[in-house]
Amino acid sequence: MTSYRLSSGGLIDRTASLNFKFDGKSFTGHPGDTLASALIANGVHLMGRSFKYHRPRGVITAGAAEPNALVELREGGRKEANTRATMIELYEGLTAQSQNRWPSLDFDIGAINSLASSMFVAGFYYKTFMWPKSFWEKIYEPIIRKAAGLGTASKEADPDKYEKAYAHCDLLVIGSGPTGLMAALTAGRSGARVILADESARLGGSLLNEREEIDGDSGIAWADGVIAELGSMPNVTLMPRTTVFGWYDGNIFGAAERVNDHVIAPSPYEPRQRYWRIIAKKAVLAAGAEERPVAFGGNDIPGVMLASAMRTYANRYAAAAGKSVVVFTNNDSGYRTARDMKAHGVHVEAIVDSRSESKADAGGVPVLRGRRIADVGGKKLAAGIELDDHTHIGCDAVAMSGGWSPIVNLACHRGGRPAWNDQILGFVPPDTGKDFIVAGAAAGRMLLSECLADGARAGTLKGKAPATPKCRDEAFAIAPLWWVKESHGKAFIDYQNDSTAKDLPLAAREGYRDIELAKRYTTTGMATDQGKLGNVNAIAILAEATGKSMEQVGTTTFRPYYTPVSFGAFAGPFHGHHFQPVRKTPLHDWADELGAVFVETGLWMRSSWFPLEGEDWLAAASREVVATRERVGICDVSTLGKIDVQGKDAGAFLDKLYCNTFSTLAVGRARYGLMLREDGIVYDDGTTSRLADDHYVMTTTTANAAKVMAQMEFAHQALFPELDVTYVTVTEQWAQMAVAGPKARATLQKIVDGLEMNDQSVPYMAALEVTVLNGVPARLFRLSFSGEHAYELAVPADYGNMVARAVMQAGDEFGIVPYGVEALSIMRIEKGHVAGGELNGTTTAADLGLGKMMSSKKDYIGRMMAQRPGLTDPNRQCVVGIRPVDPQDRIRSGSHILKDGDRPSMAADQGYVCSVAWSPMLNMWIGLALIANGRARHGEVVQVWDGLRGHKVMGEICDPVHFDKENKRLHA
Amino acid sequence: MLIPCPHCGTRPVEEFTFLGDASVKRPASNDPSSMEQWYDYVYLRNNPKGRFDEFVHHSGGCRAWLVISRDTETHEVFGCVTVRDYGKTKGGKA
Ligand SMILES: [Zn+2]
Repeated sequence: MTSYRLSSGGLIDRTASLNFKFDGKSFTGHPGDTLASALIANGVHLMGRSFKYHRPRGVITAGAAEPNALVELREGGRKEANTRATMIELYEGLTAQSQNRWPSLDFDIGAINSLASSMFVAGFYYKTFMWPKSFWEKIYEPIIRKAAGLGTASKEADPDKYEKAYAHCDLLVIGSGPTGLMAALTAGRSGARVILADESARLGGSLLNEREEIDGDSGIAWADGVIAELGSMPNVTLMPRTTVFGWYDGNIFGAAERVNDHVIAPSPYEPRQRYWRIIAKKAVLAAGAEERPVAFGGNDIPGVMLASAMRTYANRYAAAAGKSVVVFTNNDSGYRTARDMKAHGVHVEAIVDSRSESKADAGGVPVLRGRRIADVGGKKLAAGIELDDHTHIGCDAVAMSGGWSPIVNLACHRGGRPAWNDQILGFVPPDTGKDFIVAGAAAGRMLLSECLADGARAGTLKGKAPATPKCRDEAFAIAPLWWVKESHGKAFIDYQNDSTAKDLPLAAREGYRDIELAKRYTTTGMATDQGKLGNVNAIAILAEATGKSMEQVGTTTFRPYYTPVSFGAFAGPFHGHHFQPVRKTPLHDWADELGAVFVETGLWMRSSWFPLEGEDWLAAASREVVATRERVGICDVSTLGKIDVQGKDAGAFLDKLYCNTFSTLAVGRARYGLMLREDGIVYDDGTTSRLADDHYVMTTTTANAAKVMAQMEFAHQALFPELDVTYVTVTEQWAQMAVAGPKARATLQKIVDGLEMNDQSVPYMAALEVTVLNGVPARLFRLSFSGEHAYELAVPADYGNMVARAVMQAGDEFGIVPYGVEALSIMRIEKGHVAGGELNGTTTAADLGLGKMMSSKKDYIGRMMAQRPGLTDPNRQCVVGIRPVDPQDRIRSGSHILKDGDRPSMAADQGYVCSVAWSPMLNMWIGLALIANGRARHGEVVQVWDGLRGHKVMGEICDPVHFDKENKRLHA
Repeated sequence: MLIPCPHCGTRPVEEFTFLGDASVKRPASNDPSSMEQWYDYVYLRNNPKGRFDEFVHHSGGCRAWLVISRDTETHEVFGCVTVRDYGKTKGGKA
């Protein structure tokens, strides 16, 4: 293999060698190389296959816009598909695989697509879909599937860490070329807090790629001096390897820092990437400009690349793109490539200039004026060119320049549209306001001196801009040339998506004349490079085809992200175990000791059942129910929301929040409360207790705890600010356990201090402050969700496990069992108590059978709207019980209710089953349902139809209270 | 977007929860004749292009309900006051 490494020059460290593998073959390069430059230096020009036609492809660019040289980098869990070889810093041990080829890059069967290329013309997806279905399924889809897809993702977990971080600054400078450096230096010297970010590993931007002269020295030397000075300033932060990918509201910029993409594996203490949010008082976009290709036949054959890329490989990486070069340009900048390559000792055959006149310095290279390249020969490497006048010229590399596009992406992220500039033939940025300045080449300034002056102005936060160093300018002139129509071969516009120049007029002829439609129809600009190279050419060709100006056609919308950002960076540390916090109740350890099975509900881990050897969940829950109803059980209810409400107007405030009244509640008593939304629908429920005249403790459902708190804050601060009340969430401060069953009182009596528990001292709905276990402060409530004689005992969180163990010990002689939320749920369904399934955001108090709770004597949230005719219609669906006619049948939650004999239809629908349970007390499945006018239909036999599971049984509508209708057990 | 909380200073929008139009006012009357006002209060919200006052809860911060005045098109923030102070200025100026 021939070496294409130049014998001298470049910003590579020739004293060190780096070993790397590409498609299994071993190569070496040097520190300072990219994967692309190292491959070029090793004579590897074929780096990938195109998406649709599987054409052989080499690099086109030396930077972020690269559409062709996409590789799968690294292996195993660290594999990353579609990485640009031009942006990958070479490191020892790097491995990369080419994409889109089978069985090998060199011999690719998919290239047959190229022969069937009429199939892949613009809009082929749409057209193909119209063909007979069998044709599509058997022939086209398999071919497209085989051809489609870029790299493949790893199926292993990414072992590396990612971070998120914030930064604040007076001035953010995006890009470290001449403009950015001058801006950062000016602001840095004034003492401002400056962040200078650049996507490259080495700062300096275009100064690293070009042979410039600043301040009597080389551009690189000037850049290094400025960077050293910036590095010494404590108020300046340099962020290399950082792509600023988006501009957002509030002058916030998103950035991805590739902290450790340039090593084989990050140290265990460092992330691979960091996702930044940079909040900038002011920012400068100094992103430079992107060179454009020209559309001519074979403009994608390896060896054909942008003129600026070719000289970058030579100047910065000491890698020659070929042995014999032809330059094709429509502007002066192409001449630099001819001069630079010649200076590096590479033969330059000719400059083909589409213009008939030019003053640019060709450096002794022959110039063919007014001529254009029609076609490039060769397949896997350029082999000569044919001009539009049929002249042949031998060469193995072609440098092309179709002009420059200012990199305006970020400037357009907040909706601004760029404007066409006829002088430079490029879109220039819109007005971005005073806090975001676009400067230098990104603003369409094509001369180095303009860039330096622009940077100095942009970096001046107050006062007058400083003088800028003297430099040598390269004149810039350009004449339009988008497409050489004499070409025979395919002339590519969007390399990655294989859309060609001919596709655009075709799209226009077929009616897709708008740029946004043409984009989608031809897929131009829709690949991972988002049309960085091709879009302006596409706009120009579409403009010609539709007889419009560039301005009239306009651009497609620029959106973040400027370049692809890895999912790892977005996820940051929030994955796996850290995806969301885990809330454990204060009784978690106690429940765990007893073998609880925990189920995630929201963020909470709730003890759901306590299986004995060989029991499944239903067996365990059923046993727990029976034991509780026959003896005594204890259940962790700490997840219920608890809100402490205090103040002179605490009662008045609760009267506003609940539809029933709390200001009249006696001290030492609890009351069930129902909260409505302002539209009259039930919002939440729970018991609230009065501990003192000016002190209440509310409970909310587990699910609504946080929402109710926010609602209270709104009600107080926005609606009733005159009320003298404060409230704070104490959910996590209290451990709370339900102790239920005929032996509940006897059990608790053993641990409560100095209180003879009876129906007088602790009546139903009592709420008392007591102590337990010789002095542990506690709250004792006589409440029942199970329907049994029951209590809830609350103790400060840290005492929870100890007190729960003590209750177990006290209840031991009675045969106490721990029960979980499954048993709790069975018991509440047996008792017809409503919960989440019924409080589902569609039901009113009356629907739930709680209509009498609504006070008519006071104003409260939801009062007025609850009176609307639609919410008081007697035919509304209301809560009833449902049970199978044949006790062997099972009814399922979600089933719809149909009248006997009706066929399933929306019109015939009578309601649905909200909650079901296996009742160990009744030995059958029971449920609660919402059924139209249900209270008047007790005893009616209906169909319980489960269309989802294809299941239908006959059921009977009944009273929601399935068990102990007289509530005898409650007071037993 | 950044929101200048009068208690906490300038904080990122992720800390806040929006509730929309702050011009609505809960009717004082429970008389059936006020029903039209109640419908408006519960269901009618402005959603203009341009300057707009909105309820916002500093749910990830000081827990205060605030009124932010911002441009819905450019997202420029003009001011932010507590809902109590907003109420005091009558007609509202955040
Ligand atoms: Zn705040």
